[in-house]
Amino acid sequence: MSNNKKIYDKGIVFTGLVIFLALITFPFWYNRGIAAPAPEPELTEKAKAAKECVLPADEMKTGHMQLLNDWRNDVVRNADRMYVNEHGKEFNMSLSNECLDCHSSKEDFCDRCHNYASVKPYCWDCHIDNPKEKM
Amino acid sequence: MESRRSFLKIAGISALGAGMHPTLNAFASGGSDEGSKAVVKRNKEALTAVRWGMVIDTRKFHSEKDLEPIIKACDKIHNIPEFENKDHEIKWIWGEEFKHAFPEKDSEFLPDKVHHISFPVLCNHCENPPCVRACPTKATFKREDGIVLMDFHRCIGCRFCMAACPYGSRSFNFRDPRPFIPEDNKNQEFPTRMKGVVEKCNFCAERLAVGKLPACVEASNGAIAFGDLDDPASDVRKLLSANYTIQRKQALGTEPSVFYIV
Repeated sequence: MSNNKKIYDKGIVFTGLVIFLALITFPFWYNRGIAAPAPEPELTEKAKAAKECVLPADEMKTGHMQLLNDWRNDVVRNADRMYVNEHGKEFNMSLSNECLDCHSSKEDFCDRCHNYASVKPYCWDCHIDNPKEKM
Repeated sequence: MESRRSFLKIAGISALGAGMHPTLNAFASGGSDEGSKAVVKRNKEALTAVRWGMVIDTRKFHSEKDLEPIIKACDKIHNIPEFENKDHEIKWIWGEEFKHAFPEKDSEFLPDKVHHISFPVLCNHCENPPCVRACPTKATFKREDGIVLMDFHRCIGCRFCMAACPYGSRSFNFRDPRPFIPEDNKNQEFPTRMKGVVEKCNFCAERLAVGKLPACVEASNGAIAFGDLDDPASDVRKLLSANYTIQRKQALGTEPSVFYIV
């Protein structure tokens, strides 16, 4: 055996490697600098006037899905439909009738972040998204 | 010798410590941030009962026409779609012939009237609901007040409950129902259903929660009574003690909460 290790077809191998690396990192350098900015959900006048939601805004941002899940169980299973938050404010635990009463535009409020985060909640298959207008 | 002794000491103290753990935890969690916690409760005006029940006075129905406003009221409030194809039909409350509603009670020489009227039938909200036993996801469950309810979120559309229900009270959404809800007969405050879930009468649980009686009861002009079967002073119990009533397919032991005065 010789100690003289040699790579055959060096040129082709390294060209191939460069092309491979370029292709596999394509999404990273192609999207550099053009990342969409995090969306800012648009509040309606009514929501602005209310100042505070069921929970503080940052808790709502991170935990609204958990809250809605708990609400669903409380309403459907226990018939408890009234939520009193820590400031003593009462809420009717209903997505269509209470949440959407303030956040009346699903497009400007819910969809903005959901589209950005590419989540597709199936709430709207059944719950009516704009109770005041059409179905 | 010395080391065995100290080992036993340490082992004993550790075991005691491990045993104390849950107790200490309970002490630690109690009395922390009380007072400023969010609470979930029932509406003040909610109607409650130990076991909700219904008495339908069929003497007050003379033809299919009398049932129409009742069915229409229910359909509107619950966004029930109308399908051309009878196989896709969604039914919460509907009219049924005597021989189909009460097959074991049909006999040769019944009064003519019994064969001519249409009997309103709906989910019986059984005391022993077979649909609840059949449901693999606990989407169908019996509430404390006797109402057999569905959590549509959890329904996977397996239709075991439909096979289990001896009354045919359940309907399956073979298609997305939303486009088939009549424009002039819908309720924006109540959700629709989606394709692939089963649905049935819910004894208007959403109306009871805000202090209203079920829609069919309101639309029936007194032909349908609703109340607590557990309360001897309730309207339903008074009707039951004053009249002979029948239940659907009583022999099956499901103990329906819907009674019929014939």
